[in-house]
Amino acid sequence: MSLTEKEIAERLECLDLPESIKEAMKSGLEGASLAGEQMDEIVTLVSADYKHSQVEPCEAVGVVAAQSIGEPGTQMTMRTFHYAGVAEINVTLGLPRLIEIVDARKIPSTPTMTIKLNSDYAHDRDLAREVAWAIESTSILHLGSIATDLAEMNVIIELNAGAMEQRKITAEEVAARLKEETGLDVDQKENLLVMAPKEPSYRELLQLVEKIKKISLKGVEGIKRVVIRKEGDEYILYTEGSSIKKVMQFEGVDPTRIKTNSINEIGEVLGIEAARNAIINEATDTLREQGLSVDVRHIMLVADIMTVDGEVKQIGRHGVSGEKASVLARAAFEVTVNHILDAAVRGDVDDLRGVTENVIVGQPIQLGTGDVTLVASKR
Amino acid sequence: MSLHAAPFPLKVVPVTKFAIRDHETVPEHILLTPEEADGVLKAFGITAPQLPKIHVADPAAKEIGAKVGDIIKVVRKSTTARQSIFYRLVID
Repeated sequence: MSLTEKEIAERLECLDLPESIKEAMKSGLEGASLAGEQMDEIVTLVSADYKHSQVEPCEAVGVVAAQSIGEPGTQMTMRTFHYAGVAEINVTLGLPRLIEIVDARKIPSTPTMTIKLNSDYAHDRDLAREVAWAIESTSILHLGSIATDLAEMNVIIELNAGAMEQRKITAEEVAARLKEETGLDVDQKENLLVMAPKEPSYRELLQLVEKIKKISLKGVEGIKRVVIRKEGDEYILYTEGSSIKKVMQFEGVDPTRIKTNSINEIGEVLGIEAARNAIINEATDTLREQGLSVDVRHIMLVADIMTVDGEVKQIGRHGVSGEKASVLARAAFEVTVNHILDAAVRGDVDDLRGVTENVIVGQPIQLGTGDVTLVASKR
Repeated sequence: MSLHAAPFPLKVVPVTKFAIRDHETVPEHILLTPEEADGVLKAFGITAPQLPKIHVADPAAKEIGAKVGDIIKVVRKSTTARQSIFYRLVID
């Protein structure tokens, strides 16, 4: 008497195993004719194997993770400031990038976004380009030239009609933006703008020129460049500079698929769980790009410990290592004297429960079999 | 049934508004009822402050209307287990 497919599925459903194993069992058992006892045996064997593959209690998973990421890390390139996918945009890679991730820098050295577009926009090059121009920060230098007239003590901006049309901005809009940002009157004649500083001094004039050059007339501030690339049948935008919160609101942008390499920004805009995913993805990609394969579980552990307190913390003095409960463990890491001195002033007590502190005082560490204590009951 | 016959007043939701939960990297956040939260704590044999934390101001927590002291269940997509359950305590 063999079990029906439905019965097998029901048996699998109530097992206390991860989804992935259940799915593997389901596909493995498809079309098989099994007796009840055979099914029982399979379940017992799989469960035993799964239990065997789990981490033992008191296993030092942190040390294993550190070793497993650290050793391949020695083979990474020291200084790679090269292009990931898009030739025109520089992205920090290799060891500097990995350090940046675990250090939880507020702003990465080369922030970049990957913007995917809505289905209406994704397949049309012209529409994709329109979105790109709307996002890219436009400064006066993109639209024309800027010169100073020392005799008249004013700044003369000559706008290029073609460039303005391409970026969908009019001379009137440019004039209005400049007035808004500088608070000075703008004298506009067709495509010629003339501005004068408040006081007719040489210094003021030069300062005004610099200020005008920096003003973002259109687009998202900080997005210096946008590059369009076709991947598959879809146009994707790559940017230099990152600001997902603002870019999400643009028409044509698919806000559910926007990506950035700024983990801190993800934490702020999408929350801590998204930041955890970002750490895992970024670290895995950085390692893979260097041809190294590290088991994702080690990276997941790092990401978990970095995000456990609800905010992205670095692995280091100002984060995970600096917040250890043990004085000796902290002192063994960095700035030894400060930690010991502060602890002495406060009268701190070290319970000697971790690994580092027990190594320092020369006791067996509480790890693996060292963490087992026997309790005898009186007869 | 026609739209006009809806038994409850229809609320106009702006379609352009983007929900954090729709983003592909944001896992599902579920707010637990006090009974469910107690069950979780009992199952693990711990007290609430021993759980991992999430800020009230966290965009994903805000979206489901979590308050300080609540417990949020996060259903993560995992590359190893397909799906894994995680709990976070809402803190200030």
